[in-house]
Amino acid sequence: MMSLLGSGLILTLQIFVVTLIGSLPLGVIIALCRMSSFKPLAWITRAYISFMRGTPLMLQLMALMFGPYYLLGLELGSDWKFWACDIGFILNYAAYFAEIYRSGIQSIPRGQYEAAEVLGYSRSQTFMKIVLPQVIKRILPAMGNEVITLVKDTSLAFVLGVMEMFTQAKAIAASQVSMLPYIIAAAIYWGFTMVVEFLLSRAEKKLDYYHD
Amino acid sequence: MSDVQPLVSIRDVHKSFAGNHVLKGITLEVMPKQVVAIIGASGGGKSTLLRCATLLDRFDAGSLRYGDLVVAEDKDGTAVYGGKDVLKEARLRFGLVFQNYNLFPHYSVMKNIMDAPINVQKRPRAEVEEQARGLLARMGLEGNENKVPCELSGGQQQRVSIARALCMNPEILYFDEPTSALDPELTQEVLKVIRNLAEQHMTMVIVTHEMAFARDVADHIGFIDGGVIVEQGTPDQVINNPQHNRTKAFLNRYED
Ligand SMILES: Nc1ncnc2c1ncn2[C@@H]1O[C@H](COP(=O)(O)OP(=O)(O)OP(=O)(O)O)[C@@H](O)[C@H]1O
Ligand SMILES: [Mg+2]
Repeated sequence: MMSLLGSGLILTLQIFVVTLIGSLPLGVIIALCRMSSFKPLAWITRAYISFMRGTPLMLQLMALMFGPYYLLGLELGSDWKFWACDIGFILNYAAYFAEIYRSGIQSIPRGQYEAAEVLGYSRSQTFMKIVLPQVIKRILPAMGNEVITLVKDTSLAFVLGVMEMFTQAKAIAASQVSMLPYIIAAAIYWGFTMVVEFLLSRAEKKLDYYHD
Repeated sequence: MSDVQPLVSIRDVHKSFAGNHVLKGITLEVMPKQVVAIIGASGGGKSTLLRCATLLDRFDAGSLRYGDLVVAEDKDGTAVYGGKDVLKEARLRFGLVFQNYNLFPHYSVMKNIMDAPINVQKRPRAEVEEQARGLLARMGLEGNENKVPCELSGGQQQRVSIARALCMNPEILYFDEPTSALDPELTQEVLKVIRNLAEQHMTMVIVTHEMAFARDVADHIGFIDGGVIVEQGTPDQVINNPQHNRTKAFLNRYED
């Protein structure tokens, strides 16, 4: 049982890591598009964010899984479910992260940009050296919430038949007629989120040397 | 005498915000070592003038020069600005001290002062550090090198922001109401620093509501009201013997 749950945990971790690697930077791009002064781009991005946040992730995963076949008649093979899973999670979480980035960037006072401009900082220097470090401090709590939600959301991959930890627990529980796999899986999820919480509180402490 | 050229020359500038005509033909020249105070009622356009002079905003019409550098030229009633290089060059010639300091909260005092000279002007760190320490001493801020702005009083923060501007070695330093956010005692410590700079012949343009200070420190005072310089001259002329009724009415409100 433990080896099955363990292999599930590895897939869960994989979904978790791949989603963060993909969605953290993609969110920046989406946030910048959302704030673009080129209106059509801003509107399209806004609609995208609204859709991603306004429909269930489970439904989005299903659409990615079966859309290519139902809509286009494409046979994508049995590996497609892993792709659908990663792409679905990345696209969904990037929308949430984009909104957090946007609110963070917009909360930086104009005076910071103006001081940087008068001192001759380039636009990219201003963003990287002045704005971004302050944004990170401000959004860390909100980002933490999303990351912890992601730990648990990885279990939604069960709808695609990706054998992550929850899917494994379900299968074992059914075959052994036992609660135990669920209890162990719950303990592992909880431990996982506690690790994430610990890392976040360390980061918050590290940025606590100033306030504004 | 006549071959000394102004450090900044602002000629017949206009500026509107969505139909609100804020600057209506202002001309101001500042000679090296001159200290110019700008006074005037709220909404008169003082900040707008400073923001346009420091390129945070743009004039609609008129011209702007820093020494021989033409930043904006008037072409048929439109201010035509130079390219990126010109603006970049111009930014090296002036500094600006904001009313609410705008220090970078995540940087230490030293880093606030040293970062732009090192990363924008590309000067050697050792040289910048020596200058920064000297400036902190002049500002009476020794011992605060490693603090962050939130650990300082408003008056101390404003003095750091003056040091930050000075470390760029500007030819001219602008102040927009540098003490308006401060308590009276803290105001005095900042005014003292600015007085000190005036004694050392730093070229400055200071927007202020501190009339006594303006009279003491400035060589030249301009009274701005309704987007024009209503009256200008020596402190004695403008503050002690104002000629225009608008100036008199404004000054009366500041009599104790
Ligand atoms: N960004 C802006 N957009 C629209 N209107 C503006 C803007 N900035 C200034 N104004 C308007 O321009 C006018 C002049 O404002 P300005 O801030 O230059 O006055 P001021 O002389 O500095 O006043 P104060 O003594 O209150 O600082 C005001 O009517 C103000 O509402
Ligand atoms: Mg003002």
